[in-house]
Amino acid sequence: MSETILRVRDLKTSFDVKRSGRKYRVQAVDGVSLSLAAAEVLGIVGESGCGKTTVGRSIVRLVEADSGAIDFKGTDVLGAGGSALRELRLNLRMVFQDPYASLNPRRSIGDSVAEAGDINKVFTSKAERAERIAETLTAVGLEPSFASRYPHELSGGQRQRAGIARAILPTPAVIIADEPVSALDVSVQAQVLNLMMDLREQLGLSMLFISHDMGVIGQVSDRVAVMYMGRIVELAEANTTLNHPKHPYTRALMAAVPRPDPSQRIAGAIETGEPPSQLKRPAGCAYAARCPLVSSRCLVEAPELRTVEGRGLAACHNL
Amino acid sequence: MSRAALTLWLTPFLARPIALIGLGVLLVMVFAAIFAPWLAPYDPYAMQPIARLMPPDAAHWFGTDQFGRDTLSRTVYSARMALLIGSGVVFFALVTGVPIGVLSALFPRLGHVLMRMVDVLMAFPSLLLALGLIVILGPSVVNSILAIGIGFMTTTTRIVYGLSLRLRAETYVEAARSMGSGTAWLVFKHILPNLISPLLVQASFVFAFAQLGAASLDFLGLGAPPEIPSWGNMLAESRTFITRASWLLFFPGLMIVLTAFSLNLVGDALRDRLDPRFRDVFGGEG
Amino acid sequence: MLKVSDLTVSIGAEAAPVDIVAGVSFEIGKGEILGLVGESGCGKSMTSLAVMGLLPQPGPRIRGGRIELAGADVTQLQPWQRVEAGHGRIAMIFQEPMTSLNPVRRIGDQIAEAVRVHDGISGAAAQARARELLDLVRIPDAALQLSAYPHQLSGGQRQRIMIAIALACRPQVLIADEPTTALDVTIQVQILGLLRELCGRLDMAILFITHDMGVIAQLADRVAVMYGGRIVETADVGPLFGAPRHHYTRGLMDCMPACNLGVRRLPTIPGQAPRPGAIRTGCVFAPRCRAVQDQCLAAPPPRLALGEGHEALCAFPLPAGGAS
Repeated sequence: MSETILRVRDLKTSFDVKRSGRKYRVQAVDGVSLSLAAAEVLGIVGESGCGKTTVGRSIVRLVEADSGAIDFKGTDVLGAGGSALRELRLNLRMVFQDPYASLNPRRSIGDSVAEAGDINKVFTSKAERAERIAETLTAVGLEPSFASRYPHELSGGQRQRAGIARAILPTPAVIIADEPVSALDVSVQAQVLNLMMDLREQLGLSMLFISHDMGVIGQVSDRVAVMYMGRIVELAEANTTLNHPKHPYTRALMAAVPRPDPSQRIAGAIETGEPPSQLKRPAGCAYAARCPLVSSRCLVEAPELRTVEGRGLAACHNL
Repeated sequence: MSRAALTLWLTPFLARPIALIGLGVLLVMVFAAIFAPWLAPYDPYAMQPIARLMPPDAAHWFGTDQFGRDTLSRTVYSARMALLIGSGVVFFALVTGVPIGVLSALFPRLGHVLMRMVDVLMAFPSLLLALGLIVILGPSVVNSILAIGIGFMTTTTRIVYGLSLRLRAETYVEAARSMGSGTAWLVFKHILPNLISPLLVQASFVFAFAQLGAASLDFLGLGAPPEIPSWGNMLAESRTFITRASWLLFFPGLMIVLTAFSLNLVGDALRDRLDPRFRDVFGGEG
Repeated sequence: MLKVSDLTVSIGAEAAPVDIVAGVSFEIGKGEILGLVGESGCGKSMTSLAVMGLLPQPGPRIRGGRIELAGADVTQLQPWQRVEAGHGRIAMIFQEPMTSLNPVRRIGDQIAEAVRVHDGISGAAAQARARELLDLVRIPDAALQLSAYPHQLSGGQRQRIMIAIALACRPQVLIADEPTTALDVTIQVQILGLLRELCGRLDMAILFITHDMGVIAQLADRVAVMYGGRIVETADVGPLFGAPRHHYTRGLMDCMPACNLGVRRLPTIPGQAPRPGAIRTGCVFAPRCRAVQDQCLAAPPPRLALGEGHEALCAFPLPAGGAS
């Protein structure tokens, strides 16, 4: 097992939200802890509102966490400033979901791809900059001539490749991919996923792969964390999480994934209800209202992650 | 500007012939302003008492005024004042409005204070505001520009503020922030370039309404000194001759209307160019 | 119940039309669900809008073909003309329930509006019918929800409301255009279950449009695969997944990451989908097809009948027997 390079401890992030004139505090991330080893892909899966995107944004400090600790190769991420923060920014890079929104329409692809380098003054000369742009574009499967083109000339898949190129120039240690293929067609998705896996091997990247799509998560991840209402409810090897889920929510999630096999139809209507409102969080376990294993303890005490059956972690009182 | 980009900008004009006419009128005006000494048949200041109040004829196409000055020449030279005022006001509105708008969007606490101050200014009817400032500062061309400019600074600031708020939330701006960009980088590389197109549209409308504002001030004697040919001044001086020598009001009035109208047409065409619905018709680039 | 024959929808000038839907034919019977599957730009949404009579004006127009609703030819009829002629019992639900519902009106009023148009009743009677419809789509506390506003409800609940409104006209045909794409997977399962239940209970024909092969496998009885404005394969759901005959269908299934962890590199379909009108001769899929032959580029492919309602638009279809 390779060494851990990113460690997140008890991360908590919240937002103010105004609804119908009143102000609410939404606890988007409610005590998340995870670790990422070198060249490992950790998949974070969950449905809308579970906080997975906020975890990623907290790590790259697009949003400031309330409390907790994030450690990257010995450097404190949350408290960093100045040149330490600049180093971190080069090493923890993000790939965004919407290829149509993530590139400035008025800047050439080359300028967008080289932006991290430009901001942090990484290039020593114009020639070097041009060369590295060309190299990176080739690495993501785009012609070097694309450097002078503009986003509107590219398809969705090509734009997403450009977004990935932007995230690897200069080469980071960790990529946080926030739903990188969700906005793409299936056939293009496959191309981009293959690209990301190839780059991971070639560049030794670690990845935090955030998605709501179980199929995609299963395809790329070494380990998988399942999130619900701001907490991790299960964390295990990909094979375990997908094929032998322990937590009732993970089971419900896996049962709900539509398999492309008509002989495996989801029988009957699984009336599992809906997630509680983020504005009024219930005490105790957030999944209690929908859980088949619910007991009185669940309503008052929120469960902690603990090892179940010797492999993987799950947060449930009744396993 | 590449050939493709030029075509992109011309297409909305080609699609609406009336906008082309507007553009044509403006170009004629600019041409007239620049080449006034060669175009004007007479010296606009030259008085010929013998030829006073002559209706339009072969010698004086637009007639003459009560001092015998050729109306056509004065009309042509007035284009200079129009151009000067228009450019001055647009420049002032942009140079003040853009920084205030952008900074207010990027620094919310500062923004609240600044935008409330802008609100106060906007509460005054623009002409009244201009008049008030002229009274304090004294009538002159420069003060006209300032006085009219302040009014347009408020609307420009509002527009820039709204746009900047939206731009700040764009994913590519987030991407830049995640890579460590500072505020300056965001402003100069991402926000300002995306403001150019909408500001171009705004500028054409400001230019148009500045004409009206300047003409009003001149008419009231609070703008350019009366000797300097400007359409507003010409209107002011001809007030008493409205029945006897209507050509003295007709031509400067016509020019004011024509200029404002043409600028509005051009502004409309530019705005259509930017409207996302027409992006597929006119070409992809935003 | 719904029969579409050789439907062609085009844009562009009269003299040089560009077909965005070309020669599309399918049939859906009572109590049957037809899944129309394809990626973005394949023309599936345009097809559904044409069937509804909702093509955006100006722009795309039906250039050929027939649309028959319960035996009546409605091809050239606008929606209001259809209702007048008594052929209006077709309804549609869309992907984004939030934009399809009026944010400033209560749910009960919006459903009652649909009821008023189709049943001619109003006031308390309409509200009562609205209540019935909410029960039909399994909204708990229907009486309370009648007075709620859209923003007070979740995505899944809003989609159920959309279905309730669609059911107000007692439709013979229901078109669902990506209704679960924007929903979480656990909510999707509930909505799909609801649709299946309603299809059987109300004897409707459902045209279900999606890009998700998994959803198709879960819901559809028959499947039509679209590419480049054409239907490239039609079959019953079992045979389609067991032994796809068109190369695009095969490619689409292969490149899905479907929760099986063995495959490290996903097979892909090289290249990208063509713009409408870009391919003028031969098979639309030929430039990307692994099994392409010279003939495929020169001549349009035949529509081959492969037995038991299975059809493929291909000169060299995959063999039966479904070798993986």
